[in-house]
Amino acid sequence: MAHVSVRGLEVAFGNLKVLQNLNIDVEEGEFLVLLGPSGCGKSTLLNSIAGLLDIADGQIWIAGDNVTWKEPKDRHIGMVFQSYALYPRMTVEGNLSFGLKTARVPKPEIQKRIVAAADLLQIQPLMKRRPAELSGGQRQRVAIGRALVRDVDVFLFDEPLSNLDAKLRTELRVELKKLHIKLGSTMIYVTHDQIEALTLADRVAVMHGGLIQQLATPKEIYRRPVNLFVAGFVGSPAMNFLAGRISKANGGVGIKLDDGTDVALAGYEFAGQPQEGQPALLGVRPEQILMPAMAGASNLPITVTLVDSMGADALLWGTVGKDIVSVRIGSDDSYAMGDQVVAGFQPAFASLFDAESGARL
Amino acid sequence: MTAVTMNGPRGAAEPRGARPVRRFAPSTIMIYGSLIFAAIYYLIPLYVMVVTSLKGLPEVRLGNIFSPPLEATFEPWVKAWDSACTGLYCEGLKVGFWNSVKITVPSVIVSIAVASVNGYALSYWRFKGSEIFFTILLVGSFIPYQVFLYPLVLLTRAMGIYSTLWAVILVHTIFGMPILTLLFRNYFASLPVELFKAARIDGAGFWGVFIKIMIPMSAPIFVVAIILQVTGIWNDYLFGLVFAGQPNYPMTVQLNNIVNSIQGVREYNVNMAATILTGAVPLIVYFVSGKLFVRGIAAGAVKG
Repeated sequence: MAHVSVRGLEVAFGNLKVLQNLNIDVEEGEFLVLLGPSGCGKSTLLNSIAGLLDIADGQIWIAGDNVTWKEPKDRHIGMVFQSYALYPRMTVEGNLSFGLKTARVPKPEIQKRIVAAADLLQIQPLMKRRPAELSGGQRQRVAIGRALVRDVDVFLFDEPLSNLDAKLRTELRVELKKLHIKLGSTMIYVTHDQIEALTLADRVAVMHGGLIQQLATPKEIYRRPVNLFVAGFVGSPAMNFLAGRISKANGGVGIKLDDGTDVALAGYEFAGQPQEGQPALLGVRPEQILMPAMAGASNLPITVTLVDSMGADALLWGTVGKDIVSVRIGSDDSYAMGDQVVAGFQPAFASLFDAESGARL
Repeated sequence: MTAVTMNGPRGAAEPRGARPVRRFAPSTIMIYGSLIFAAIYYLIPLYVMVVTSLKGLPEVRLGNIFSPPLEATFEPWVKAWDSACTGLYCEGLKVGFWNSVKITVPSVIVSIAVASVNGYALSYWRFKGSEIFFTILLVGSFIPYQVFLYPLVLLTRAMGIYSTLWAVILVHTIFGMPILTLLFRNYFASLPVELFKAARIDGAGFWGVFIKIMIPMSAPIFVVAIILQVTGIWNDYLFGLVFAGQPNYPMTVQLNNIVNSIQGVREYNVNMAATILTGAVPLIVYFVSGKLFVRGIAAGAVKG
């Protein structure tokens, strides 16, 4: 049975329905990431699970209890916010113990739990300080500690790393991952950062327009996006899209690009039966295009326009017909502007989308 | 600006380091000139009051209102405080002073206590119709006092508290409500809502969040509210006159009675001293808390 279960959730702000008939099940001990652009409803979903928002319809179940009408404090959840939300007038110790004091936990027990959390997060030296005297990373540790001491079933994270600088973000991300492995608790994590999503998650739910577009493992999301939105949103630099029409000319199915180039798709797993002449978009990730083409690959003639060096590797920008493509190349490969190169890719790793519905073909 | 600062072959003339300050630029003279003029303009009446209050009556009669006292005396001050006559009674302003204290202290405490809870509820615990409730409250602050006066007289009489201190306190609490609620609501709305959410998850309820989280963060806005209420209620004349009843008249009403009751000679020096004494409390409040006041107003306005 699922540990956290959202059934038929509907949330509306006035007449605007932010979430409609949303269903999601999170297994015990799972790390689920809700990924999406701003305004997609991911934070709304998290706040609904926490009980901080009034929902219009549906149910929320946590650990076998229907908590739909319960107060946040009775849902056995801990929550960490983007802005840390530490109580500014209390010391770190006061922040950690506030929830326990409110719940009238006996003093020795409070002390025990605070010490344990402080050890785990390495914040023992900070116990007597006020939040204003802490750095961003320390504040977020304390915020995590505040959720930790309450001994909860589910941890909810609302973009906890977004306010930190790049280096700290990476450090804390790794620590969060370790923490999850150590505690084995169920965690639901909201972010718009795909790196966080792909590195932390057991499963990722990509959200857009209040709907879950795809719920799958990070690898599946990256390799086999179910629609154009997921394909375009996940991956940096973004997936290349080449417009064309399905052609079933020489026995196998291929795509005839708008500039007339025929691209064979031998080895691609179609989700359904494509129609001859159906408008489609071929999606290929920058690192899946190899320059020059290897034997057995499908070919793409690329005109080079620009090479961006990125240190470890380089990004080549070019055109195929009218479409702009980017290709990840070695930092030592040298191409000049205007070069005509035949590049290749394995159709098995590519994606094909219907141009109208955006669904995977 | 001048030729010295233009680029030239001499290295010393190159602009470098701190920009030079010109002490007597026309703009500086204009700014300080206007400020000094405005300051003098507003301070002259106060100067005349202080000077006159320190003169004896014969000296006042000479009519040189700007000249400093030849023989400074505190007699008028003592008389204003202790034995100036208001109609039948000759007990000075001290009665009014203590009445004003008895009116101001409870009114300030009650109105701020109620308004802060109002503002907190309106910004964090929205209920159905809370926006309409707030709008009605705001509209209340635009209706002239005079309109309420007679209904409130009837109301307090029906409650049996007309002509007592309680009536004045009640009226001040009612009239402080719209502006104070607005003040607190806006301040609480400027605090990060995630703090409220975190406290809710930690199990704090309506009063728990308010007392343990919100009040400790709200010192600036409480200072602003206290200053507004202390000065406003201390300076009030109308409500004191209408609702307090003769024995409870606040200082402002007594001042008026002292100044307007003529028995033989008009004692300008005593009147001046009495006026300064009455105005002293708000004046002291402003001097002591000026910096805090500005800071609190700013905190309520822009702090994100």
